Amino acid sequence: MASRPRSLGAGAISAGLLALILGPIAAVAFHAGGLSLGAADLAALRFTLLQASLSALISAALAVPVAKALARRRFPGRGLLITLMGAPFLLPVIVAVMGLITVFGQAGWINSLGQSLGLPRISIYGLHGVLIAHVFLNLPLAVRMILQGWLSIPAERFRLGQSLGFTPRDIARHIERPMLAQLLPGVLASIFAICLTSFAVALTLGGGPAATTLELAIYQAIRFEFDLAHAAGLALLQTGLGAVAALLAWQLAGMRAGPGAGLDRPSALMPPTGWRRIADGFWLIFAAAFLLLPLTAMALKGLPGLTALPASVWPAALRSVTVALISAFLTVTLGMILVGAVARGGARWIEFSAVLPLAASGMVLGIGLFLLVRPWIGPAQLALPVTLLVNVLMALPFVYRLLITPARNLEADYGRLAASLGLVGFARIRLLTWPRMAAPIGFSAGLSAALSMGDLGVIALFAAPDQVTLPLLVQHLLGAYRIQAAAGAALVLVALSFALFWLLDAGGRYVQAR
Amino acid sequence: MFRLDNLVLAQKDFRLTADWSIRPGAKVAVIGPSGAGKSSLLAAIAGFYQPVSGRVWLDQRDLTALPPGERPLSVLFQDQNLFPHLTLAQNLGLGIRPDLRLSAEDHRRIDAALERVQLQGLGKRKPAEISGGQASRAALARVLLRARPLLLLDEPFAALGPALKSGMLDLLAEVAAESHATVLMVTHDPGDALQFADETVLVADGVAHPPAATAALFSSPPEALAAYLGR
Repeated sequence: MASRPRSLGAGAISAGLLALILGPIAAVAFHAGGLSLGAADLAALRFTLLQASLSALISAALAVPVAKALARRRFPGRGLLITLMGAPFLLPVIVAVMGLITVFGQAGWINSLGQSLGLPRISIYGLHGVLIAHVFLNLPLAVRMILQGWLSIPAERFRLGQSLGFTPRDIARHIERPMLAQLLPGVLASIFAICLTSFAVALTLGGGPAATTLELAIYQAIRFEFDLAHAAGLALLQTGLGAVAALLAWQLAGMRAGPGAGLDRPSALMPPTGWRRIADGFWLIFAAAFLLLPLTAMALKGLPGLTALPASVWPAALRSVTVALISAFLTVTLGMILVGAVARGGARWIEFSAVLPLAASGMVLGIGLFLLVRPWIGPAQLALPVTLLVNVLMALPFVYRLLITPARNLEADYGRLAASLGLVGFARIRLLTWPRMAAPIGFSAGLSAALSMGDLGVIALFAAPDQVTLPLLVQHLLGAYRIQAAAGAALVLVALSFALFWLLDAGGRYVQAR
Repeated sequence: MFRLDNLVLAQKDFRLTADWSIRPGAKVAVIGPSGAGKSSLLAAIAGFYQPVSGRVWLDQRDLTALPPGERPLSVLFQDQNLFPHLTLAQNLGLGIRPDLRLSAEDHRRIDAALERVQLQGLGKRKPAEISGGQASRAALARVLLRARPLLLLDEPFAALGPALKSGMLDLLAEVAAESHATVLMVTHDPGDALQFADETVLVADGVAHPPAATAALFSSPPEALAAYLGR
């Protein structure tokens, strides 16, 4: 069969992925000094689970009405708002936290407003600070995932509902709720897994015995205690937890039947009037404000800093952009090969290998890789390659999720027609896959580029001074109390991240709409 | 000569056997209750579905192991016969060269095929911009261009009105005659079989029966067909 070589390629890639994930974890397990958990470790475990569950629930609950409003309303700035929905998830975490502190912090906008009204101060530190940051970072991902679900419902189905005299309630019950039931478990599980490995947020807004995540505890074990065995033990616990969460995500989000094909006609979702119009308006304004205020705050703080930028910003920026582009290319290529194989009925372990990185954290993989190659290669030579590798691995589960449904639909709708016409190999990619999947491919590439661009994890453990990436430079400047310069560099970082994302996402959408 | 040689299809509770042949150029209807395996039989012949055992032959050539695109046949599905992001001309062009590297001569052939099915001048349109009947005619035009010796149709034109469908069946007969193709058409409508097919294969009770003369079959139907027809 013509698909045989492709499946073989996907199988080899899956095997390679499994080795790259399980190898470092095995190294960590080998170095772990037993699993004797102290009271502080147990508190970290409890806090990690609590904040991840709450973050996932709140993000998903808020995302449903926002996605619904975006799906059925047309208004000026809608496209911009949808692009903005991609923003906080793509925002370098350290920059997002700076923005949130500017709005919600001790001397922030909300507290200043509250003070003038005689209200008590709120604190952004501790559990609710971590939750605010996680919802800020993950709500947009949830909205975009759910919005894609809404838009993938064929227009014919809404027309059918209209012709049967469906009220908005009936539409919700017969068309929208089944879609949500199929989609939400995957959304919840994904956000839970992301928040499970929260590091930068916990580092800045958490900390202390009451609000330390496992990932932060691992970092502290290395940086402050120099206790590699303790760190490896915690990393093992983190990995076990992540594996359970990933398994959950894999089971819950293993979507099977996609909606059937509709011809490429404009959406027929009729926007209801009355209180629903007001409610939709409320949700759109809420989402826009919640996402825009911290970004604006961050920009206002960063603009004056642009004049105080150190010269090291530009080589760091070039390094970050290069890593981001290579990472995006590799992630999307791997993702397309894997979803192609799975959509054609490939083995389930291929899917497993694509989502397995969700179980591991960047920190754990980085430490594991370091332990593996330590006898031969120094950490400085390792910094950028390992960062690239970890970036690809960490973005792959999301890219896989984003691509699998369109790939399955493509196969279900046109797989047989293409096969019967002998449309195979490169011609199939050029004439069928690319024109019909360019939008999700562009979005996936933009997502992985921005994630890589803003990643601050492994690089912090390894980089020599001449290998500093832009996020690490921001952190260094912050650590040196050069706040102005840090804010300016953060603004450059954000601008570059968003430019990369926008170029790739809009490019993909342009190609598919052509 | 098209031949199914002890073909056995099986999946869970489903099992279907077929062991018969059709003479070249014949037009054969495939009829039977839903779920009996009409579409599975067609999918197996087209190469989408591997039989458990048996062979599919066409003119002394064993098709059983060939991938769908390399089989000497064309398929028309119930719908989704055209790619919505490609123009009609491109959709037809896929029938000449799937990589669409088309010569001037190829473009002339595409125009001629469009004209043959009365779609002249619509080559630049996309499928969403034409009617269902026009889409069916475009798919038939591609069948003409491919000129394969075997044509499989899975309940085609089911969404079209009676007059349109009848006209389509006539056009199909002409296209088949022009490309000297043997035709196998799955249908649930006895009227289609009577209008179009000299012979009919009855699929029922796990067996695809050998083709029988359509008129005779319907005038004195065996028990399974009588039950399906509601007589």
